[in-house]
Amino acid sequence: MKALHDLRVNGETVQVAFEPYKTLLEVLREDLNLTGTKHGCELGECGACTVLIDGEPVMSCLYLGVEAEGRDIETVEGLADRGEPSLLQHAFAETGGAQCGYCTPGFLMSATALLRRNPEPSRDEIKQALSGNLCRCTGYIKIFDAVELAARRGEGREH
Amino acid sequence: MSTDITEEPTGQAGDRPPGRRSFSVVGKRSRKYDWHAKLTGQAKYADDLSLPRMIYGRLLRSPHPHARLLRIDTRKAGALPGVFAILTGQDLPTKYGILPSSQDENALAIERVRYMGEPVAAVAAIDEWTAEEACRAIEVLYEPLPPVMSIDEALADETPKIHDWTRDRNIQKEVLLEFGDLEAGFAEADYIFEDEYFFEGNTHVPMENHAVVADWAANGHVTVWSSTQTPHYLHRELAKVLELPPSRIRVIVPPVGGGFGGKSEAFSHEIVAPVLSRLSGHPVKICLSREEVFYCHRGRHPVKMWIRTGVKGDGTITAMDFSSTLDGGAYGSYGIATTYYTGALNTLPYEVPRYRFRGRRVFTNKPPCGPKRGHGTVQPRFAIEAHLDRVAENLGLDPAAMRGHILVKPNTWTINHLRVTSCGLGDAIEAVIERSDWTRKHGRMRHGQGIGLACSVYLSGAGLPIYWNPMPHSGAQIKIDRGGGVTVYCGTSDIGQDSDSMLACVVAEELGVDLDAIHLVTGDTSLAPVDLGSYSSRVTFMAGNAARQAAAQLRARLMDVAAETLEVPTDRLAAAGGIIFDRQDTARQLPFDEAARLAEARFGTLGAVGSYTPPRLAGPYKGSGVGPSPAYSFTCAAAEVEVDTETGELRVRKIWVAHDLGRALNPTVCEGQIEGGVYMGWAEATIEEQVFRKGLHKQPSLLEYKIPAAQDTPDIDTVMIESDDPEGPFGAKEVGQGPLAPVIPAVTNAVYDAIGIRLTSTPITPDKILHVLEARRKRASAAV
Repeated sequence: MKALHDLRVNGETVQVAFEPYKTLLEVLREDLNLTGTKHGCELGECGACTVLIDGEPVMSCLYLGVEAEGRDIETVEGLADRGEPSLLQHAFAETGGAQCGYCTPGFLMSATALLRRNPEPSRDEIKQALSGNLCRCTGYIKIFDAVELAARRGEGREH
Repeated sequence: MSTDITEEPTGQAGDRPPGRRSFSVVGKRSRKYDWHAKLTGQAKYADDLSLPRMIYGRLLRSPHPHARLLRIDTRKAGALPGVFAILTGQDLPTKYGILPSSQDENALAIERVRYMGEPVAAVAAIDEWTAEEACRAIEVLYEPLPPVMSIDEALADETPKIHDWTRDRNIQKEVLLEFGDLEAGFAEADYIFEDEYFFEGNTHVPMENHAVVADWAANGHVTVWSSTQTPHYLHRELAKVLELPPSRIRVIVPPVGGGFGGKSEAFSHEIVAPVLSRLSGHPVKICLSREEVFYCHRGRHPVKMWIRTGVKGDGTITAMDFSSTLDGGAYGSYGIATTYYTGALNTLPYEVPRYRFRGRRVFTNKPPCGPKRGHGTVQPRFAIEAHLDRVAENLGLDPAAMRGHILVKPNTWTINHLRVTSCGLGDAIEAVIERSDWTRKHGRMRHGQGIGLACSVYLSGAGLPIYWNPMPHSGAQIKIDRGGGVTVYCGTSDIGQDSDSMLACVVAEELGVDLDAIHLVTGDTSLAPVDLGSYSSRVTFMAGNAARQAAAQLRARLMDVAAETLEVPTDRLAAAGGIIFDRQDTARQLPFDEAARLAEARFGTLGAVGSYTPPRLAGPYKGSGVGPSPAYSFTCAAAEVEVDTETGELRVRKIWVAHDLGRALNPTVCEGQIEGGVYMGWAEATIEEQVFRKGLHKQPSLLEYKIPAAQDTPDIDTVMIESDDPEGPFGAKEVGQGPLAPVIPAVTNAVYDAIGIRLTSTPITPDKILHVLEARRKRASAAV
């Protein structure tokens, strides 16, 4: 049975009806039409569905929609500020951190959380923080470069 | 500047304005064309599409690797509320397949299933949940048959035949090619070496699972949005199986979340979705699960190889005899081409004056194998480069120096009629030797540490199309609007390799505008001219040349009006950054948009088309269609490894790679392709293998089939060698596939340097290392 829930997504509260068995990934994609969060493996292994819940990276395919009620949900659609991409998004564009782009939203969310917590991460800390996200195109190097570039430019410091 | 591009198919050296060396867009580190959409979550992949009234499809798949399909009863499933349509094999009797010689698949199995995961029925329902439930309600009666799960089993005397038509056991195809007097070549040799190798199968794992949306409209026109690398071939196969005029079918490719070869042919879900749409009157979406993608497969063939080489004392090859047996899985797929590819490029990148190739492909009861990055050339390259490492050691030669000595020369032909134009491999080897500190390290590191090196070659596009015909392999159309906007139409499919950015770069450079002025319409069989697809590393070379040819015609018109307006001869004019200017007096300028309006007034609507057809390169023998390419890329790689002799753990510390890509149109994108290829090669060398147990796929999920994560990947040092190919667009060749191949033998050779034992099969896992170390200990103690 569908029930109405209030979800706070990217700073806005939305009222949405969904079944209690639905994952947050399904609610975001199917009920809120926020398709930037990707569906990759449905096992919590690939990280394509990573979103932030109260600032922490969470695999939304393993997280029920009802659990998210009353929490802050952030998705890739919320990273840009009134249309202006974040420093991290710009850095990904400049270094070539996205190829096919399918894993990219998940990486952006994990890296955003990292830089808020640790604005000057070492490469090992970046690798550690991104180890739950799989990319098949880049070999990861340009993703590390992007996170380092964004850190140098101050991503995460204002948060 | 002259614009001497002819209307004829290109591929001739005269294609390029002579002496052009400075570029305004080419060679610059630009953002990818669709950076904004892909970084803000706005890019709509097939799985993200939603149409009004859309319903959902699921496939029911065989739980048996090999069985007779005795009966399918769909009555219970059809009676479930919310179920709109059900299909079984008899509804789609027309067979299809990517190669004209392998039309051996049905969208849904008829009478027999040949691998676990083969689709037998399809359902469309109000939601995925109901579709799944309906699949479970379909009653299928199977009579299991003994599965054939390996090359050896497929070739056993009493093997059950997987396809009734095979004449000899489960052999699908045998090929024999011989060039030159092999016996004389071996007689001339100072030494002869012989080895056997096995390359284990593995799979692509694009992060996006395959997905399709199909809409059969009331006027009988069908639109299919699909995550495919080959919209043109999907279009063709849909027309065949659906028995529709091709003009009524439109295939659209949304952004594709990676392919690597795994989305290069029509799949069952792409064929049943439009039929379910017709039956139900609703648009139908089918998204495969990750498990289903493992059953689609079409990945790297497991290959058994044997090689015999005659050499002189300095490493010069006098003759090479090579044979391969491919485990093809249950159906043909690209397999006949793959079989040829395990032989075709072995006469490069070293001079091989006499060569014999024997290849065969067998059927087994596994998901069909097909093309994965480096299609069929990766397995023999592993064998040849490991073999040559042994040759060099036995001759007392440095393996890097020996390779440099026996390299093929630019502008030559191989014994099997491959035309080599540009070749920067010598420079690549030197770069890798220098940057890896090879000379100080090789053979000189402490036990357990080592460095290895290998080279490879790849196509810049297959020289012949899959369906032989005289038409172009790629077409492009360009229009210029009155505000100076440039729209490029091309049937290319961007799978993440950035073919869109390539088109924008080539056209912007030719017209002298900024990348911002370019709009693209790609991946659409109705709106854009044909491009054959994102396979064989063909898109930059072929679509790039087609787009450039179209742009050059428009440039000529713009230069005509600019010359008149500025009162300067056309050969003094240049264009860059949206300005046409006099090179001798750069203050004399005409903005591009102004030139466009003047040109439209003079010539009418500003549009042009361009085509690319490769030169005729096939040799005068049967089987010569596989191997020719208008240009070859070359790669050298070195790997430094550390082996823990107690645990068998292999750590690749760093990989150095130098790749001859002709010209780096966008260095950031090109580096990304190289790094991604190196990563994938390293993963195949050390981790990935597709394994089956009792007929079943042992790891059909990302929990079990591990692909490397951020922490696992070694450092990669990348060098791009620009050999400036005479026929490539602005000198460019391929970069997407070639850099994978040398990594696997480089790692293998490094392991030998570290522990003194040559491993002859992939992947090099800790248990294999422990096994060979243990065997050596036992031999040593037995000898005492």
